[in-house]
Amino acid sequence: MKGLLVVLAASFSLSAQDIEVLPVQGSVYMLAGAGANVTLQVGRSGVLLVDTPAPALSGKVIAAIRKLSEKPVRYIINTAADADHVGGNESLAKVFGSATEVSVVNTPGATATQTVAILAHQKLLDRMSAPGASRPPWPTVAWPTDTFVGDEKEVYYNGEGIQILHQPAAHTDGDSIVYFRRSDVVSAGDIFNATSYPVIDLERGGSLQGVIAGLNRILDLAIPAHHEEGGTYVIPGHGRICDEFDVLEYRDMVTIIRDRIQALIKNGMTLEQVKAARPTLDYDPQYGAATGAWTTDMFVEAAYRSLTRKK
Amino acid sequence: MNFVRIAIAIAVGGMPVSAQPLLTGVWASLQHEDQIERGPGPELGDYLGLPVNDAARLRAESWDPSRLTLQEHQCRVHIVSYIYRGPLNLRIWDEKDPETQQLIAIHNYISTYEQSRTIWMDGRPHPSPNAPHTFMGFSTGKWEGDMLTVNTTHIKMGWLRRNGLPESDQATLTEHFIRHGNYMTHVSLIADPVYLTEPLIRTEDFVLAAQDAANWLWPCEYVEEILNRPKGQVPNFLPGKNPFLKEFPARFGIPEETALGGAETMYPEYQRKLKTMPRPGGKK
Repeated sequence: MKGLLVVLAASFSLSAQDIEVLPVQGSVYMLAGAGANVTLQVGRSGVLLVDTPAPALSGKVIAAIRKLSEKPVRYIINTAADADHVGGNESLAKVFGSATEVSVVNTPGATATQTVAILAHQKLLDRMSAPGASRPPWPTVAWPTDTFVGDEKEVYYNGEGIQILHQPAAHTDGDSIVYFRRSDVVSAGDIFNATSYPVIDLERGGSLQGVIAGLNRILDLAIPAHHEEGGTYVIPGHGRICDEFDVLEYRDMVTIIRDRIQALIKNGMTLEQVKAARPTLDYDPQYGAATGAWTTDMFVEAAYRSLTRKK
Repeated sequence: MNFVRIAIAIAVGGMPVSAQPLLTGVWASLQHEDQIERGPGPELGDYLGLPVNDAARLRAESWDPSRLTLQEHQCRVHIVSYIYRGPLNLRIWDEKDPETQQLIAIHNYISTYEQSRTIWMDGRPHPSPNAPHTFMGFSTGKWEGDMLTVNTTHIKMGWLRRNGLPESDQATLTEHFIRHGNYMTHVSLIADPVYLTEPLIRTEDFVLAAQDAANWLWPCEYVEEILNRPKGQVPNFLPGKNPFLKEFPARFGIPEETALGGAETMYPEYQRKLKTMPRPGGKK
């Protein structure tokens, strides 16, 4: 899983490219071009972000936000502890007013300050604050200010209910899926990565079966408008705006590859034999990579190790 | 001066540059061409004459038709590059700017799956690659003489054939609509960098209907088709385990290698090679 470190490094080396703002549905927008997609909810109360890009792109993200709203940013929700999802927490929180920097509130003489709260699952905070020997902890100002430990946290903002759904042991062990109920948009994080095979970070508690469970959960949330099209829209961690049918094809792909690798393992094959059998051949032209941060080889290895890991 | 301006406006904007044939009307599909594939459906394992690659073959090999019993698959739509091959009623009409009478769009309503399609004729660009894909995609068109040429992007993943041969969501489609009196030929060229090694070219014909067709609706509600199926199960055949793939070459006496298709099998020269190849049962 050393490749995951490469993912982190790669996401920070992004050039300050243009940020594309795409209206999705209702109050929700997608910001593309910042590495991972950023989901934006804009309304009369203010602005809410799902995930933050690398600090180098924070200025462009702020400019994109300000084109849509001059209202304060109140919430940042993180779906995973990767640099391309939390990398801008610190810089954006500083601009918008971090809750962690306000020590005295409602005290005589103190000035009330608008703050931004960073919401995430407790395990995501654990991964940022104590990531292990292989990587340094994130600065405290980048950490989530409010965490939850159960299955779900709920927020009501800009006139709609927002569910933050923890998906255990998927891409990592701290993933969340964010569902905007009135806008009918799901922000999926890296559980659904429309441009590559799913990144399964075993070192940080991820698993192949958890990714599949997360994709099935998104299918449960999504309702198509007409003949399996439209209705609920899904913003993937990376790639274009999708709907239930796109998630369905992706879920089918991951499940079919799981079935194949499982069968090869059952036949007693080693990891190298499984790789040689090319269980992803039919999906490689679309999702595979021979080089880069997350190669086909790395995906097959992660899937193999996930399926053979002792529970 | 005003008279001159009005005259130029009429000459340039108020009349078509050339008199294109009208496609407007109700069209019924003719099924004389490729009827076995389009009507009853293709044989499993028949990829003959299609420029598919190994990735497409493995996806088709893994295809279990029972996947269509999954709730989310039951109402899936034939994508735009396939839908004209089915039995369908097709209504075509123009949308014009009420002020200038310039052509804005040509609309298609396709009875199969109740699909509405817009072919933009006003020169607008295609959307961002990050925009959603749809079953009908995003289309722009232009008249080339008497032929309407249409380019379509942003198509959802679908199939080249109903035997599991896939078409990716990176495919693009070029079409030509050509009217000959009361008949219309539809030519499609599919370019798919994921599953095709060369463009796939197909044609279909339509006849102008004298009366409005009877059926324009295609309601679909999913149901529970398989009881007690484990949640998340996706029917598929493991590589090498599909028992039906050899039925097609055996039944028609076609070499197994030939049945797997590929660009080479599209061309007439392949017939010479075919004569030298062993048939099922050892015959030549």
